[in-house]
Amino acid sequence: MNKSVFFGALTVAGLAAGASAAATLDDVKARGTLNCGVSTGLVGFAAPDADGEWEGFDVAVCRAVATAVLGDPNAVEFVPTTGKTRFTALASGEIDMLARNTTWTFSRDVDLKFTFVGVNYYDGQGFMIPKALGVSSAKELDGATVCIQTGTTTELNLADYFRVNNISYEPVPIETNAEAQQQYLAGACDVYTTDASGLAATRATFEAPGDHVILPEIISKEPLGPLVRHGDSEWGDVVRWSLNAMVAAEELGVTSANVGEMSMEAGDNPEINRLLGTEGNLGEMLGLDAGWAKMIIENIGNYGEVFEANIGESTPIGLARGLNAQWTEGGLLYAPPFR
Amino acid sequence: MTTISDPPSESFRLSMLLNDTRYRSMTFQFIALILLAGAIGFLGWNLMRNLALLGQDISYEFLGEPSGYDINQKPIEYTSQSTHMRATIIGVLNTLIVAFLGCITATILGVTAGVLRLSKNWIIRKLMMVYVEAFRNVPVLIWILIIFFVMTAALPPPSAFRGDDPDSSMLFGAFAFTNRGIYIPRPIWEAGSGIVVGVFIASVIAVFAYRRYTTKLLYDTGKLLPRGWPSLAILFIPTLLVYFIMGQPISLDLPALRGFNFQGGTQIRGSLIALWFALAIYTGAFIAENVRAGIQAVSHGQTEAAASLGMRPGRIMNLVVLPQALRIVIPPVISQYLNLTKNSSLAIAVGYMDLTGTLGGITLNQTGRAIECILLLMLFYLAISLTISAVMNVYNSRMQLKER
Amino acid sequence: MSDTHAQSVGFVQKTQIPPSPPPAAETGAFKWMRENLFSSTANAIMTILGILAIYWFASFSLPWLLNGVWDAENLSQCREILDGTSGACFAVIAERWNQLIFGFQYPSEEYWRPFLAFLLLLVAAAPVLFSKLPRKMLIFTGLYPFIAFFLIWGGSIWVPVFALLGFVAGYFAFKKLEKQSFAMGFFGGVIAAFAFWWVSGFITPDLSRIIPIDLPAVPSRDMGGFMLNLILGTVCISLSLPIGILLALGRRSQMPLIKWICVIFIEFIRGVPLITLLFVANVVLAYFLPPGTTFDLILRVIIMITMFASAYIAEVIRGGLAALPKGQYEAADSLGLDYAQAMRLIILPQALKISIPGIVNVAVGLFKDTTLVSVISMFDMVGMIRGPILASTDWNGVYWELFLFAALLFFVVCYGISQYSQWLERQLNTGHSR
Repeated sequence: MNKSVFFGALTVAGLAAGASAAATLDDVKARGTLNCGVSTGLVGFAAPDADGEWEGFDVAVCRAVATAVLGDPNAVEFVPTTGKTRFTALASGEIDMLARNTTWTFSRDVDLKFTFVGVNYYDGQGFMIPKALGVSSAKELDGATVCIQTGTTTELNLADYFRVNNISYEPVPIETNAEAQQQYLAGACDVYTTDASGLAATRATFEAPGDHVILPEIISKEPLGPLVRHGDSEWGDVVRWSLNAMVAAEELGVTSANVGEMSMEAGDNPEINRLLGTEGNLGEMLGLDAGWAKMIIENIGNYGEVFEANIGESTPIGLARGLNAQWTEGGLLYAPPFR
Repeated sequence: MTTISDPPSESFRLSMLLNDTRYRSMTFQFIALILLAGAIGFLGWNLMRNLALLGQDISYEFLGEPSGYDINQKPIEYTSQSTHMRATIIGVLNTLIVAFLGCITATILGVTAGVLRLSKNWIIRKLMMVYVEAFRNVPVLIWILIIFFVMTAALPPPSAFRGDDPDSSMLFGAFAFTNRGIYIPRPIWEAGSGIVVGVFIASVIAVFAYRRYTTKLLYDTGKLLPRGWPSLAILFIPTLLVYFIMGQPISLDLPALRGFNFQGGTQIRGSLIALWFALAIYTGAFIAENVRAGIQAVSHGQTEAAASLGMRPGRIMNLVVLPQALRIVIPPVISQYLNLTKNSSLAIAVGYMDLTGTLGGITLNQTGRAIECILLLMLFYLAISLTISAVMNVYNSRMQLKER
Repeated sequence: MSDTHAQSVGFVQKTQIPPSPPPAAETGAFKWMRENLFSSTANAIMTILGILAIYWFASFSLPWLLNGVWDAENLSQCREILDGTSGACFAVIAERWNQLIFGFQYPSEEYWRPFLAFLLLLVAAAPVLFSKLPRKMLIFTGLYPFIAFFLIWGGSIWVPVFALLGFVAGYFAFKKLEKQSFAMGFFGGVIAAFAFWWVSGFITPDLSRIIPIDLPAVPSRDMGGFMLNLILGTVCISLSLPIGILLALGRRSQMPLIKWICVIFIEFIRGVPLITLLFVANVVLAYFLPPGTTFDLILRVIIMITMFASAYIAEVIRGGLAALPKGQYEAADSLGLDYAQAMRLIILPQALKISIPGIVNVAVGLFKDTTLVSVISMFDMVGMIRGPILASTDWNGVYWELFLFAALLFFVVCYGISQYSQWLERQLNTGHSR
């Protein structure tokens, strides 16, 4: 009956299938699109808007890499992944890179054989609680019911924190952020815990955000960053330096507004020149065009611009830069020199 | 007279492998064997190469490592320092708990709805039809989610019980219905409680013995002893006597609002309730159809014969129709139990920590041992199914009509 | 006694007394109510309880339904319009209609393609479902899979055309070799078809360049919404039918090896929940493929669901085969038919006929089970609701409306199919009823 759909799809799949084990960069170039794994929907980081366009902070990293490699920020296939499927999707080559607020941990790096190429957001796990409960510290949460999103490091951090402080709690594991939110708002749990950025993003969607407070305790370190497979260092370099280019551009004062002008000809600052390809041959070393970083900044913007547009204080999510400020401004962002 | 003629002894030709029925089955099986071995070899070879390429291996050592996560519903002792193995066992127990509760409730619902669908009452008949069709024709996942949301949205949070003039209050001061679950009193067993329980069990046995005796008396002598109130008396009076003689060794631990939650008592969690009811109502609709088909399969003459003997409709149903229908009904109902158990793996949608939630969920996520976890997961469900099928086969062969 | 007679006046009724109307309690609505609603005390109580239940249900659902808001931009606007009164925000369905039906990635200017494919599906299914329709329509049914593939996935028309031609080539090879033996014909046909596809693999790219007839290609990752449920349901059921027949025949086969392969396969698949098979598709399958091969999640899911459905269909068909009287098998043997002929001409047509209700049940169950793909991060109807729609700032908190809408869509399809199956059962119930 419908066999042909199967065979047809098999043909299509056969065409799409390629050796992804060795040279991801060549594969992406040959394919013309970048397969980028993102989350199934977290406003501000990666979520499709009403028109089905993916947008968000993690999405911008995908688009930056696509711009650097293919020169087109829209040449990205976004592959939604869950906490369970993300690592297999990357290991099997279904996606070329994963930008799904994934915490860089020892075992993921070493045991699961992935390479974290950097950190695009320094986060930590926090607690949100209704103001009416009058709780001001996580240490007062003895006996509370806590909603957690499953499939993350959150569960482990939570168990550790409560065990160390010797207080009891009742975990309520929830599959998706939207459902966790519904449970929390209905009072089925007292506390909602996830990464502080996620809490802010969630609170932003509430009817009355002011009725909820985020407790001061941050119980874990959550360096979130994009990752690639072990064993393909060239590709890892491309992703790593695409991210670094955005960070360095902010530090050097290169923005999407002035990058065109600055890249016309070599300027005074040699690092800017090397970044924008008007001096040296950094692009060639990566196997990319000389203007790769210029295109990223032109199309996507520098780190600060992306931050402001997606999760910054002017957006409903309203995150302050905090740890994610440049090192010159007391933050942790410190792009290695372009040299 | 039969003629036996030796087949002409031909020399073996290659084409006989395909054309001669004597050899053809061998050919086919040989081809199948080669294909099977080839497929297994191909998959195994790929697996080995993939694992080598990713630098991973197959190992079950992770089961002995501390799990690091907490589970809310734990039938046995468990902390976040326990092993993944223990978390897996908790998952198994939780699966069995929800499957057991679900099967019982589904049976009650299904038999009731199935019988009522054949009721003379038009409204009841139609209502049951709406129930059966609505639940049979909508995916169980959607029902689980809807019931979960109903639970959360319709019941009050524990905070509604707080204050001097609370919005909600506990039922009989002992039951609290909240959107975190239902809190019920829990018995506390003190010294001497064993005797009370022993007496109670003895009473239950005595009730059965008494009922059997009255039946026998009825058949032998035609004397009808009352059954209802003596049964109740046998059931409760000795137990109550012993209970007070022993100095009330069993007391109730009532749930009370302390801090964020109700403390004390037993909590039946919202996720368990949502899953339990969704599975029970969904499977109940299917069982209702099986029951209805079984009842309709009992010849109408049986009902008429019973009626002409002067039996009341309720008795006709209980004594004549249902026992005969049971033979037809039970095999499909057992396979519905099997479906319910398999569907309980959808627990993942409401965060109930069954086996799919522990071994196939958090353990898999934290250890990244996908192949091992999913293999164990499948083997567990397979073991349950095979056990239930075995039970069903034994039952079928015992219940088969002994025809001459 | 005779006195009375003597005094009575002789009277013979000449005309018939007009029939008096039956007592009021024995006619019309009253009688119906008395018989159907209040025939006994217990019945009356049940009636009243039933009415109370309906009233209770209607008292909060009707205002909610009737007061529904169909036109709003987002949830807070909707709540503003409702202004505290009870009412549904159906606006979410109106606003996200396309996403619910097609998923959020299918290009909106191409919506007509899946829609057309759906309409054609009805046309293609009609001759299969209703045997009274002209048999020539079956030709269209045969062509439909290729048309649907072209419409939904797009790309060059030559891919489905060559796929179709491959089947044609296989069929001709089969016809030519069938005279020697069925097995020869079968294997010959398969080899011919594969050879054709292999060759056409070289021609297709060039031909599509020279004669470009194509629709914009849509990758299967972009399928979503109710469309995805329909695609998965239709494709998997159609594929699992032939596989299920083969498995059923294999399970009843005399050859021990083949029999045991089939038994193990069927029992294994039937013993595990579908969700674990989907986990396999999503998480584990990649390990069993040659390094570097990846293929579509949707295709992996189709393979797994097809395996799942074919095991169940095999059991249904095995029941049909077992229900046939032994005389049919013996009659076929005594006519000198070989295995393939006996199966094709005598056994299967009858066995399939009695298994149709069971097959339809499996189909309905499978269609409902396609919602499980939402658990493995695919955006089918339920996945769209739980994912992008509920996660969006606009519609965060609208649960009832969305899930009831999803339930309604599934109900309409599944109820329709099961009504059809009951109708068919009555149609096929020839000769057995007394």
